[in-house]
Amino acid sequence: MKKFTRETGIGAVMMLDNVDTDQIIPGHMMMKVGTQGFGDGLFANWRYKADGSNNPDFVLNRPPFDEALFLVAGHNFGCGSSREHAVWAIRDFGIRAIIAPSFGAIFMRNCYNNGLLPLVLPEEEVAALSKALTEQGAEMSIDLEDMRVVSPDGRVTGFTLSDIDRQRLLGGLDQIGVTLLRDDKIEEYQRLDHLRRPWVYDVPG
Amino acid sequence: MQHSMPRTLFEKIWDDHVVDELGNGLCLIHIDRHFLHELSGSAALMNLDKAARKVRNRELTFATLDHVLETTPGRGMATRIPGGNDFLREMTARVVAHEIRFFDLDDPRQGIVHVIAPELGVVLPGMTFICGDSHTCTVGAVGAFAWGVGSSDSEHALATQVVIASRPKTMRVNLEGALRDGVTAKDVILALIGRYGVDGGSGYAVEFAGSVVDDMQMSGRFTLCNMAVEFGGRTGLIAPDETTFAYLKAGEFSPKGGAWDAAVSYWRMLPSDPNAVYDLELTLDCSTLDPQVTWGITPEQVGGLRDPVPVHARRTTSVGRASYARAIEYSGVTPNMPVLGLPIDGAFIGSCTNSRLDDLRAAAAILKGRKVASGVKAICTPGSTSVKRAAEAEGIDLIFVAAGFEWRESGCSLCASGSAGGESFAFGGRVIASTNRNFEDRMGTSVKAHLASPQTVAASAVLGRIADVRELEAAG
Repeated sequence: MKKFTRETGIGAVMMLDNVDTDQIIPGHMMMKVGTQGFGDGLFANWRYKADGSNNPDFVLNRPPFDEALFLVAGHNFGCGSSREHAVWAIRDFGIRAIIAPSFGAIFMRNCYNNGLLPLVLPEEEVAALSKALTEQGAEMSIDLEDMRVVSPDGRVTGFTLSDIDRQRLLGGLDQIGVTLLRDDKIEEYQRLDHLRRPWVYDVPG
Repeated sequence: MQHSMPRTLFEKIWDDHVVDELGNGLCLIHIDRHFLHELSGSAALMNLDKAARKVRNRELTFATLDHVLETTPGRGMATRIPGGNDFLREMTARVVAHEIRFFDLDDPRQGIVHVIAPELGVVLPGMTFICGDSHTCTVGAVGAFAWGVGSSDSEHALATQVVIASRPKTMRVNLEGALRDGVTAKDVILALIGRYGVDGGSGYAVEFAGSVVDDMQMSGRFTLCNMAVEFGGRTGLIAPDETTFAYLKAGEFSPKGGAWDAAVSYWRMLPSDPNAVYDLELTLDCSTLDPQVTWGITPEQVGGLRDPVPVHARRTTSVGRASYARAIEYSGVTPNMPVLGLPIDGAFIGSCTNSRLDDLRAAAAILKGRKVASGVKAICTPGSTSVKRAAEAEGIDLIFVAAGFEWRESGCSLCASGSAGGESFAFGGRVIASTNRNFEDRMGTSVKAHLASPQTVAASAVLGRIADVRELEAAG
């Protein structure tokens, strides 16, 4: 998992509410067993015309946004299907963080599991960032160590993030390896729980 | 552990599953049951194998095929969707290698994960249950904490039998009043989402309660909890009661004999304590609801069948207005126009929302002796192979077929049009469906999908336009 510390680059704006994961990657673009190589499927129904050529009106097709590092969006970004392919597609395209007032819950977990920062900012901060990106220049930065966003107009906004999620992104940690270090706790839980709720573990058949 | 404070149903289940506290509100939560399907499960198993890790508790893990598998009669382990065969093959090979219980193509227990898990007694009250599918919240209806995860968390659970989670806030939605004729669980949940929005439940474990729920069969309770995710909830759940226990008792994997009695005694303690405090309580008067139908591209864009398309965006910010304008344009509707009467090209009864025996019976009662309007492609996919067989034993299949519906095998089918069998409705068409998502292109390229109950779908199929079942009944 790629580490996230300080990133500076292009911010693209997609100011719609409820952008669902079917839009982020349509079903027919995820028909490949694996977790890599889904960048071409990102927003496929919006990004390509029926003949497969690029839709020049779509933001991620327009330079400099075709090299976006950040995406600024509306409420409830990533709602809908749990498909982790949505996060893999965003990551494989090269985007490192999404900034929105709220996210779909499963999508948010998937982001942390893949080194992508789902950054929640108040609605008015997101609106100000979107305005600055539209009117004052496309470059912005996010510093995860100091937990601040620098907007194209130089405005600095602080944010908070749980220390565990932050450390995970900063360190690019393999979570399964970390959890396995606590296997004695899992073992002990199951031993006691088996006495309390035997029907959970003694599965008929 | 002694608990002096009154607790809610959800808090009791949560407390029962905390293996360790990691700080910042995050916990290691034990997973009692983990169900895999081929679309998300194959990648989870592949990564597990790449890391040379084992399935920690294969006896707590189950698998089936539903998302990619075709639903056409006579189907096999090949699908028309490019790349689909790899999912079926990879899933089968890895599940067999890890000796996970697997309900495959020819197994009479095969079906949509969220339909078969409670049918078989795989999910039980008080359990934690995960699956790589957002509609996993469906099975919270038995009084479980069930939620959808991505492939990475699924892999994490395969290796460790725990996942990392933060405790959601608690919400109780009190659904009160007697439902009018023709109004179903689907209409209730759509109305709730319409009232509070697709993020109305965001950050909450949403418990459904009230007289409407008390009187509801399990099929309706599953429909309510199914769309908790469309309400933005982390999960949906319902306190277990005698209806729940009667439903679960015959399940193949439900406890038997003395173990059943011990389990039921435990489950009776799960409902919220009388003075338990929820972070938020909502009450919806269901007695005045009409059958609901969506008009846009998100489930909150919904109203009664007699209501017109709203004139204003629900959120008045510039982003809210832009989103509303997009929905109007995509859906080919105009503000203030009636939704009732819009001509349709397709009708679909199926999906984890509304494909259980009660749903098929209700639709069959409307279709009996009637025909689907010409030009309407109508499809029914039962929620499980066992639902299909039970329906056939009652002659329900014959009613659907005589009416002009295709009678399919069980699976996600056109609710997962990009993957399942590679099928979709024809370009740009308008369809009515008993499913859960009216998202852009979800049921086919540029296809406009309207969500409704199976009854409304059946009546609309017959009349060839979005219709109220009550007008059909009045016409005789």
